[in-house]
Amino acid sequence: MDTLNLLLDGFASAFTLENLLYAAIGVLLGTFVGVLPGIGPAMALALLLPVTYGLDATQALIMFAGIYYGGMYGGSTTSILLNTPGESASVMTAIEGNKMAKKGRAAQALATAAIGSFIAGTIGTLLVAFFTPSIASWAVEIGAPSYFAIMLLSMVLVSSVLGASKLRGFIALAIGLTIGLVGLDASTAQARLTGGYLELADGIDIVVVAVGVFAIGEALWTAAHLRRRPIDVIPVGRPFMGRDDWRRSWAPWLRGTAFGFPFGALPAGGAETPTFLSYITERKLAARRGSADEFGEGAIEGVAGPEAANNASAAGMFVPLLALGLPVTATASILLAAMQKYGIVPGPTLMTDQPDLIWTLLASLLIGNTLLLVINLPLAPLWARLLRIPRPQLYAGILFFACLGAYSVGQSSFDLLLLLLFGGLGFATRRFGIPVLPLILGVILGPLMEVKMREALDLSNGDVSGLFNEPLAIFVYVLVVLAIVVPLLLARFRPSPLLDQHVQREDQEVS
Amino acid sequence: MSEKNVVADQRVDRAQFALAAVLAVVGIYTIIDARGLNVGFGDPIGPRVFPYVIGTAMVVLAVLLAVATARGDVPEAEEGEDVDLTSPPDWLTVAKLVGILVLNILLVNLVGWAITGGLLFAGCAWALGSRTLVRDLLVGFVLSVASWYFFYVGLGVPLSPGILDGIL
Repeated sequence: MDTLNLLLDGFASAFTLENLLYAAIGVLLGTFVGVLPGIGPAMALALLLPVTYGLDATQALIMFAGIYYGGMYGGSTTSILLNTPGESASVMTAIEGNKMAKKGRAAQALATAAIGSFIAGTIGTLLVAFFTPSIASWAVEIGAPSYFAIMLLSMVLVSSVLGASKLRGFIALAIGLTIGLVGLDASTAQARLTGGYLELADGIDIVVVAVGVFAIGEALWTAAHLRRRPIDVIPVGRPFMGRDDWRRSWAPWLRGTAFGFPFGALPAGGAETPTFLSYITERKLAARRGSADEFGEGAIEGVAGPEAANNASAAGMFVPLLALGLPVTATASILLAAMQKYGIVPGPTLMTDQPDLIWTLLASLLIGNTLLLVINLPLAPLWARLLRIPRPQLYAGILFFACLGAYSVGQSSFDLLLLLLFGGLGFATRRFGIPVLPLILGVILGPLMEVKMREALDLSNGDVSGLFNEPLAIFVYVLVVLAIVVPLLLARFRPSPLLDQHVQREDQEVS
Repeated sequence: MSEKNVVADQRVDRAQFALAAVLAVVGIYTIIDARGLNVGFGDPIGPRVFPYVIGTAMVVLAVLLAVATARGDVPEAEEGEDVDLTSPPDWLTVAKLVGILVLNILLVNLVGWAITGGLLFAGCAWALGSRTLVRDLLVGFVLSVASWYFFYVGLGVPLSPGILDGIL
């Protein structure tokens, strides 16, 4: 029960009035930004990063935890009350959630999403607390070659498994890795790809890249295709659930959690697969009960399951992040960047170097999750009103805060220029259907990967065998090869993957 | 979702050739840039290898993209809550927004965030079709002055005061 004691210590340090205040502010800000259409959790975090500059590491992490869960919850509110989901993780929630809302059951849909998120988030965070230390103590033993291989695996999975086009996934990755190259080489201090600009010597701040690609790119892209007719927002009262809704929700919550957590903890699991699996499972189970026809017409199970899966995978993401220093989602990449700003180096040594910080973070995740439920259930009608903000002012606001965030990093107009350039890149990725996640992951993992590669090759005096001289590394390389080859073989036997086909059909139904 | 479904009624997406060309140029530049680096004594790897690998991969991917495009591969543009892909892109609005952002870059250190921030907000709202200019200006200046004070007092980050130095 060592873990439990450590977690209780974490609670002790998180439970000061000041810290609770920061958690509450984080939850409110995160939900506020997350509810706004066009802004997902990753963008919410990137935009709100500057707000934490004046805080010390613990308080900043507590606030991040609040922003993180708030942003997630805000996203699901948007997808239930509006017809079009903003992020891929909410696609499944939106199918049944929006149908429920149209039938006047928006309050129940929001309630089952909120309570499901709370339960999944709590179970998920507890699992993180119990798994991370053992994985970290095992991960300390991992040598540079294996570490390099694991990062490669994560990148290959993110680029090839998720998203519709493998080619575009790898293009995104290559762009990200190139951006990561900019700056002084870590060991010889020679400038790479700076084009002679001194401002680029320190490399490009991930905040500028993320805010540019997410926020400016999104605003420009939306500006080019702004929906001119007003969008339907479904009004909502205070969320609540009847006895029947509880009876139908609790099992999907738990099943969704079981799907979500492992996928989140795996490199490149993401939330798409578990939310999809959860949705399919709930529909099959409903068919067995003989109530399948309700699916597609607003079945509460179809909201409860995927929403829980979504949040459980969001919690699972902390396992690789804290134990290996490996971000597997865009949100985790931003969190990693934020931690680096405070001189915290995530990775196997983090659990031993700064245990207080980690246990405080985990405790504040649990607190943030609870606050989310307490604060947001009564506030839901207010959040729903945010969806009616006129679009010109909404996107002007996004651009304003994006510029403010990038400018505050170093009070330099050069950062604003970079921001605009990355905004152009973000526009291009949306125009050409290039996924953003591999790009962000490339920016943040690229430099780390180079360090590990050179470490491994230095030991072998430059001989390539230095990358293969650990059994674990070879095992991971086999996985990398499988990750590339198996989908190709599957594609040969089954021309269009089940998932794509299904999602597409649902998309058509929704739109 | 999969490219095959949309091929039937599509022409070749010319812009994708341009993208492939840009990617190839970036890849080649990465390789050329890495050639100019020195490898230190006793450093078996040096700072060149990683950029070489990435640059080469980029060029290969650019070629693959060009081939795929010629074969009729079309991208699946991103959808969103406020995005309507059925209408042709509105380049005028995008150009206005970029112009306003550039203006902000040029003026922010000179005039100060408290002023350019307000203009930025109102300008963007105008470009996106808002016709309540006075209200937008008011909202913009409240936002920019408030954010200036928030960063200065709350976070200890002095954003440029510009010509309002001493007044704020």
